[in-house]
Amino acid sequence: MAHAEGQPHPAAGQHHSAAGGQHHIEGQQHPLGIYFKIWGLLFVLSTASYLVDYFHVQGYLRWFLILTFMLLKAGLIVAVFMHMLWERLAIVYAILVPPLLLLVLLGIGALEADYTFFTRGTFFGGEPAAAVHGPAIKGPVQHR
Amino acid sequence: MAQPALASTGEALPRPEGLQGIVADWSSDQRAFKNVPWGKAMMWIFLLSDTFIFSSFLISYMTVRISTTVPWPNPSEVFALTIAGQSIPLILIAIMTFILISSSGTMVLAVNYGYRKDRVKTFVFLLLTAALGATFVGMQAFEWTKLIMEGVRPWGNPWGAPQFGSSFFMITGFHGTHVSFGVLFLIIVAIKVLRGDLDSMRPGFLTGRKGTYEIVETMGLYWHFVDLVWVFIFAVFYLW
Repeated sequence: MAHAEGQPHPAAGQHHSAAGGQHHIEGQQHPLGIYFKIWGLLFVLSTASYLVDYFHVQGYLRWFLILTFMLLKAGLIVAVFMHMLWERLAIVYAILVPPLLLLVLLGIGALEADYTFFTRGTFFGGEPAAAVHGPAIKGPVQHR
Repeated sequence: MAQPALASTGEALPRPEGLQGIVADWSSDQRAFKNVPWGKAMMWIFLLSDTFIFSSFLISYMTVRISTTVPWPNPSEVFALTIAGQSIPLILIAIMTFILISSSGTMVLAVNYGYRKDRVKTFVFLLLTAALGATFVGMQAFEWTKLIMEGVRPWGNPWGAPQFGSSFFMITGFHGTHVSFGVLFLIIVAIKVLRGDLDSMRPGFLTGRKGTYEIVETMGLYWHFVDLVWVFIFAVFYLW
C-alpha cells in the first residue's frame, strides 16, 4: 500500500462503467472515511495548539508543542487533502524537496537577526542586557 | 487507449520502484509527471513558488522579531476578544482557524463528488467552501478594523515593537488576498460544475481548454494550500 501512485483506487470507476466500456483514469478518488478522519484530527490538533496558548504554556515546551502541532497539521493536509500520499514519487520529490532550501534562508535570517540585535544593543543602548553582553567596542564610541 | 480529454496523460508506464523510478521518470524522453494532468502539475509548481513567497514573509517576520530591542506585543492579548464580559485570548483567530479547516474539509468532499460526476453535490460543497472562505475573510476584515481602531499601523502600535504592524498587515493581508481570490475562483468552478461544462467538456472562456473534473481537484490544491499557509501563520505569528 506504500505507493499506489496514481493508480485508480479500487473504488474508482464503479459509478461510471457505462462510458462506452473504455478504460480511463478517474483521478484521485478515495473512500470518504479517510477525509473525515483527517478532518477530525485537524480539529483536535488545532484545539490542542489553541490550548497551549490558553493555558499559558511558556518556554521551550511552548515552542516544541506549537511546532509539533504545526508540522503534524501541515503534513496531514499535504499528504491526504492534497493527495501527495498517492502521487508518483517523481512529482512528490519535485514539489517537496525544493522548499528545504528555505532552511538555509531561515538560518541566514536568524544569524543576521542576532547580529543586528547585538549591534542595536551596543550602539543604541536599547536593551540593557544586550548592551552588557554585546561585543566590546574599542575606540571612542559614543553611547547615547 | 485513454481518451485524451478524459485523462490527459494516459496510462502510467511501468517503471522500477523508489529512487530508480524517479530517475527513470525524469530521464525518459516523455513527460516527467506521468498520470498527473497538466493543470495539476502547473498548479503544484505555482504553489511551490507561492511557498517561497510566504516563507520569505515569515522568515522576514522572524528576522525583525529577533532583532528588535523593544518588547514584541503579546499576540495572545492583542487578539483577545471580550465576549459576555470575559476576555478570551486569541478566540477570534481560533474560530478563523476552525472555519478554514472546515472549508478544506468541504473542498475535499467537492473533489471527491466531482470525480464521481455528482454535479449537484459537487456544486453544493464548492459553494459551501466559498461561503466558509468568505466568512474567514469577513472575520479578518473585522480583525483589521479592530486593530486599526486601536492604533496599529505599519510603522507603529501602542504596545511595543513597531515591526509588529508591518509584519501583521503584510502577512495576513497577503494571505487574505489569496483567500479572496480563492473564493472568486471557487464560485467560477461551482458555476461550471452546475452548468454541466465539465461533463460536456465545454471549453473555458479564458484558456479554451476542455472542461474536465480535474479542474475541481486543481482548485482544491489551491484551496488546501491557503489552509496550509494559515497553519504556519497561526503557529508562528499568533501563537509564538
